[in-house]
Amino acid sequence: MPLLTVDNLRTHFRLRSGTVRAVDGISFSIEQGETLGIVGESGSGKSVANMSLLGLIPMPPGRIESGVARFGDVDLLACSKAQLRGIRGKRISMIFQDPMTALNPYLTIGAQVMEPLLIHEQCTRADARRRSVEMLEAVGIQDAARRMYAYPHQFSGGLRQRVMIAMALITRPQLLIADEPTTALDVTVQAQILDLIKRLQRELGMAVILITHDLGIVAETCDRVLVMYAGRIVESSRTEALFDTPRHPYTEALMASLPSRRHKGETLYTIPGMPPDLARPIEGCAFAPRCEKADARCRSESCDLRDIDTGRASACLRVQRGELA
Amino acid sequence: MASNPQAYEQGASLWKDAWQRLRRNRLAVVGMAVLVFVVLSVIIGPWLSSYSYETQDRVKGAVAPNAANWFGTDTLGRDLLTRILYGGRISLMVGIAATAVSLSIGVLYGAFAGFAGGRTDALLMRIVDILYTLPFTIIVIILSVYFQKSLILLFMAIGAVEWLTMARIVRGQVISLMQKEFIEAAQVMGLRRRRIVLRHLIPNALGPIIVYTTLTIPQVMLLEAFVSFLGMGVQPPMSSWGLLIHDGANVIEEYPWMLLFPSLALSMTLFSLNFLGDGLRDALDPRIAKD
Amino acid sequence: MIRFLVFRALGLIPVFFIIVTVIFFLIRLAPGGPFEQGERFVAPEALEQLRAAYNLDAPLYKQYFDYVAGLFHGDLGPSMKQPSRTVAEWIVLRAPVSIELGFYALLFACTIGLLAGVTAALRPNSVTDYVPMSFAMIGICVPNFVLGPVLMLIFSIWLGWLPVSGWGPPATKVLPALTLGAAYVAYIARLARGGMFEVLAQDFIRTARAKGLGEARVVLRHALRGGIQPVVSFLGPAAAGLLTGSFVVEKIFRIPGLGSQFVEAAFNRDYTMLLGAVLFYAALILVFNLLVDIAQALLDPRVRYGK
Repeated sequence: MPLLTVDNLRTHFRLRSGTVRAVDGISFSIEQGETLGIVGESGSGKSVANMSLLGLIPMPPGRIESGVARFGDVDLLACSKAQLRGIRGKRISMIFQDPMTALNPYLTIGAQVMEPLLIHEQCTRADARRRSVEMLEAVGIQDAARRMYAYPHQFSGGLRQRVMIAMALITRPQLLIADEPTTALDVTVQAQILDLIKRLQRELGMAVILITHDLGIVAETCDRVLVMYAGRIVESSRTEALFDTPRHPYTEALMASLPSRRHKGETLYTIPGMPPDLARPIEGCAFAPRCEKADARCRSESCDLRDIDTGRASACLRVQRGELA
Repeated sequence: MASNPQAYEQGASLWKDAWQRLRRNRLAVVGMAVLVFVVLSVIIGPWLSSYSYETQDRVKGAVAPNAANWFGTDTLGRDLLTRILYGGRISLMVGIAATAVSLSIGVLYGAFAGFAGGRTDALLMRIVDILYTLPFTIIVIILSVYFQKSLILLFMAIGAVEWLTMARIVRGQVISLMQKEFIEAAQVMGLRRRRIVLRHLIPNALGPIIVYTTLTIPQVMLLEAFVSFLGMGVQPPMSSWGLLIHDGANVIEEYPWMLLFPSLALSMTLFSLNFLGDGLRDALDPRIAKD
Repeated sequence: MIRFLVFRALGLIPVFFIIVTVIFFLIRLAPGGPFEQGERFVAPEALEQLRAAYNLDAPLYKQYFDYVAGLFHGDLGPSMKQPSRTVAEWIVLRAPVSIELGFYALLFACTIGLLAGVTAALRPNSVTDYVPMSFAMIGICVPNFVLGPVLMLIFSIWLGWLPVSGWGPPATKVLPALTLGAAYVAYIARLARGGMFEVLAQDFIRTARAKGLGEARVVLRHALRGGIQPVVSFLGPAAAGLLTGSFVVEKIFRIPGLGSQFVEAAFNRDYTMLLGAVLFYAALILVFNLLVDIAQALLDPRVRYGK
């Protein structure tokens, strides 16, 4: 049985300018210990989808229109607020993109790392303190006992992200949702942080959902990948298979725009056009206007994610009809 | 918004937009209507009134509101409505005159600091910071000791202490506008400084200046009323709303109307000016959220 | 931290002496002497004597240095119009009343203002936002010299619940404190709303929620400290405002505080009293601003560590 199964999740934002369909009917699941990558441009709905699961969408204007998210015997989208709070930070933890702003500048590192233990586990302060020091050491912070008393502004970006990870994992969650955990960091620090997450994942046996726009990171770390575009999943596949033969023109385009896939001197490929306005109804395939392979039917017929192979699904109509390899 | 060379040419539609937004703001519209009513009343009212603001009728004394004296009379038998209208003239005039003084000083000072930049700017703004920490009211009271004989000078003085925020706003505008491409473009194109100021800076900085002016008038009127209430501003037999409230407060047990009507006049005017100012701020600069 | 405090405190001393100098000359150079007013004829010889008694016949620079020298042992000179006590004695007698009044007003303003502002920020654009904020607008637009008499009219004269004026039993202190504090309730509520609003939109609040904290803990432990920052910075100017507000409130409720004394001194051109009171106020405001700086440093580690 999968650790988490999400079915037909739709999150909309009702703004004065119209209803934005940020997440529009996505379904996926993740197994215990698995690493699932979710890639897409900013605004594709990848963050909103995950925040919806944890009830972190500001409501109003946000609203979860439909969906079931089975986590053990709980539906995250239907359970009580108290029940969800008991799961957040305890069985499912989340780390965010910008470690500069995600830590509270007014509280010491120690107070923030200890907090999940103090509220989720019947744990004495002394115990919480001891375990926090251990955890900070485990994420590679030297002299942790002393630095418990430091404030976030005294730490570098990379160290702060380590603190975030320590804070997220101190309760040994079953699932970690990492939302662009390395985007705000230097390239050298990025690799260290990813290694750290992988190491701790092995040690704790937890599953990881890694949200990123960087296909390179996906290739290195993920078992399976979901590609999102305009609030929907357009392709789902095992990582190697995806990189071998992308089965959706959008995935292909994303890969073509990777700098490392180009030879020196060649101009970088960029996807023409802009993502669609999600406040307007979209007819046909949302990617069709930017797609080099789109035909007339792509612009008019609705398309859904369909299995095209074992463990592989694509939302491209032409792929589904076998017109594209 | 105004980062292209055509920005100032779109000025007209910008103001039109602002007007549309302002009209949709109900509180601001009400404020504007009340303000127009008050201003017209104090300008026209005294001519229509059959009473003089200073003719006393000690035999009559204080009479409660009735058909002949709508707001009643004061302890000296003077028609209260007439006195409120006359007082309103003084209060509004003081508000506008002192605001004009503060506007001139603030705009010149702020624009100079913004243009000068560098150390001059830092020094000038440091001075503003220091002045900010001084309690204005105490200074105004000391100034009133100086100018007891001259009302005009006193209110010039009030204006002279109210310019600090205006200076800050104008400086901020000038600095941010100077960094915009269209000013740089104008400089590269070799436009004269004066022309840059006239054609680009002033039209763009006008919005915030109007907004803040609208919000300064009630502050200044409040200061005038405060000083007059303490007996150090407008002197009898002239009247202002502050002075009328002072007179009313002394006799509330016997003649409460003498307190209530002038208080109402002042509060209503302050309300409408503040609502209009808030509305203008939202309308002219939608990026600045309300608080 | 301690170095920061000592540094700030020492910095106040030159500021205070600049104020002393400016105010001294400002008042000494005011047109019309204190004894040249009124219908009463004063013989030239008597005037000479008076001027000598108040050290007004000395050259101006000497008057100034004598005054500053007096300051060092708390001597503010004799009052020109109320010679029964020296200026320093008047201040010692009257200031505690004003400070007590100001304290109640500030307490009232902070309690209600923070409650209203924080509640409003939790549910923006709802009833719990609009109602307190509308009251705040009233608080800002109705000046204290209107509010005071109106409250007095309603609660003392019409309803008879509270005494009309004076300063003694607790009941006499309710209306003055409310009158003085009302505007600050409004300002504090608006600032607290704005501050909380901003902090609640920060990323670290989302982090706190993601950790599974309850809403109360998110607000009280994670948001409040940053959210009340604007209120704390406002307390400096607020203290100055309360002092000047006390001029009016003490006059309305006939309270024997320093505020009414100050206004009287300005009215009567009691220059020594005026000067002494202004300097006392200046010192009070400077000290209060120092306290605000300390409070800010305690609340925000980034200030504390000088970043």
